[in-house]
Amino acid sequence: MAEKYELQEVEVWDGNMAAAHAFRQAQIDVVAAYPITPSTPIVQNYSKFLADGYVDGEFVMVESEHSAMSACLAAGAAGGRVATATSSQGFALMVEVLYQASGMRVPVVLHVVNRALASPLNVNGDHSDMYLGRDAGWINLCSFNPQEAYDLTLMAFKIGEDLNVRLPVMVHQDGFISSHTAQNVRPLQDEDAYKFIGDYKEVDPMLDFSRPVTYGAQTEEDWHFEHKAKQHKALMESVSVIDDVFKEFEKLTGRKYNRVEKYMMDDAEVAIVALGTTVESAEVAAKELREKEGIKAGVVGLRVLRPFPLEELKDALKNVKAVACLDRSAPGGTLGMLFNEVSAAMYHSENRPVINNYIYGLGGRDMTIENLKEIFKEAKANADAGKLTTPLQQFSGLRGPKLAFF
Amino acid sequence: MLEMRWHSRAGQGAVTGAKGLADVVAKTGKEVQAFAFYGSAKRGAAMTAYNRIDDKPILNHEKFMRPDYVLVIDPALAYIADITANEKESTKYIITTHLPKEELINQIPKLKGKEVYVVDCIKISLDTIGRAIPNTPMLGALMKVSGMFDLEYFQNAMKSVLSKFPQKIIDANMAAIERAYNEVK
Repeated sequence: MAEKYELQEVEVWDGNMAAAHAFRQAQIDVVAAYPITPSTPIVQNYSKFLADGYVDGEFVMVESEHSAMSACLAAGAAGGRVATATSSQGFALMVEVLYQASGMRVPVVLHVVNRALASPLNVNGDHSDMYLGRDAGWINLCSFNPQEAYDLTLMAFKIGEDLNVRLPVMVHQDGFISSHTAQNVRPLQDEDAYKFIGDYKEVDPMLDFSRPVTYGAQTEEDWHFEHKAKQHKALMESVSVIDDVFKEFEKLTGRKYNRVEKYMMDDAEVAIVALGTTVESAEVAAKELREKEGIKAGVVGLRVLRPFPLEELKDALKNVKAVACLDRSAPGGTLGMLFNEVSAAMYHSENRPVINNYIYGLGGRDMTIENLKEIFKEAKANADAGKLTTPLQQFSGLRGPKLAFF
Repeated sequence: MLEMRWHSRAGQGAVTGAKGLADVVAKTGKEVQAFAFYGSAKRGAAMTAYNRIDDKPILNHEKFMRPDYVLVIDPALAYIADITANEKESTKYIITTHLPKEELINQIPKLKGKEVYVVDCIKISLDTIGRAIPNTPMLGALMKVSGMFDLEYFQNAMKSVLSKFPQKIIDANMAAIERAYNEVK
């Protein structure tokens, strides 16, 4: 039996330590991992917990991230609770198996510490890896700080393993800006955290030899489409379980989570839509603009990227005149993902705000409060004009004169 | 909001120092943030670490900072690092050096007219801890200059932060903190 870890009411943890403790408290059966910056400390801390007697499960050191996800998938199919962590190139190497996991409906939990994708090689934070995996059929939960990285990791097990969901879940946090930044974190005690998640519920475990089952069977044009449709439906319908788990977590901790988070949106005229730590920084910028310049700025943060909260987003933006969508990933020849998703949500809305797109923060480039204020001011100009006064897509925080990147 | 920037070499303990300070401050009910710029940090490379302290939750995640305190824990970095970057008029400097304050300022003209304090954290850590780990002495000096906590309170708080270390190391760190507290000028 694993030993109980002594925890203070308030710990000062970085996002990696927070995620590692959530893993420990979940009493995972198998963690298979291959370390990569900046997520390394999650599995490093976890293996230390194991060596110190705080973990009962298996920790499997494998030779690549492809193997890490394969081992998690296999152990999940065998009938156990499984999880791992990765970033960037490691995430890219996992991609093939990510689709296998969601297709086989094995509720793996993957903590992704977001980092840029090479080339050029870069260890710092952006959302390239998150965007690479967004269509893999996983539930995607996004944290904005270390506390949320902890909370959402606990909730990920409960959501993914729910018998009405049975899908793998990613939890995202920003590389370094959250993963290596120590902040106040208020953890649950071990027994409360485990009680919240609950025991793992086996579904068709391969280790039940009295009832043999197959995972990953082949289907061609006869049944493949029906399988994928069913999988998509399960993902879309997971929202009710996600909402229930958020509510239950609020009852336990007082910390309220929503699939779409809104800040000062009640009377906002202009809004930023963003992901990750930028959501909180944008709150600081919005507050300063309201106090000093009278601009009614608000912020919308996506807590759940998949299943995408179209209706909730439409509702959050129902009164604004202009929206700036901020994407922290190289767009690869089109507009940013958030711009596309938000535009789609608003196209069938009664309110038709002016929407523009900013690419920012690639490879860890600092997103400053000043940059964010500038974006709000451009949105305000769009709102006043009732049409675009800026190019549809811009790069914020890029060196050199505006749009000089080519 | 109180903001601090550490100038250090990778391996001298600036990150541990920043996190240790955050730990102590969080115990008083305040909200804290401690982070660093890593890059492809190698032992000995110049680096910076940061602290933010506030009464309410810290939502600002920008790396940009106008520091209230600049803490330089490697003597050479006072010369070669941009220690006055993004300074305010009220920015206070605490610099590790074996030189008297006036001589240091003469050698680094950009420090003229600034509020500068000096303390020899390298010598103190060599004398007490036996290794050039200047982070805990710098915290002792910071306590004196900022008046954040009195010496005894801070030492007790640091004892619990360091509790995983052997008693000998804890005692050496306590001595280092006390010497720097008394010697910073």
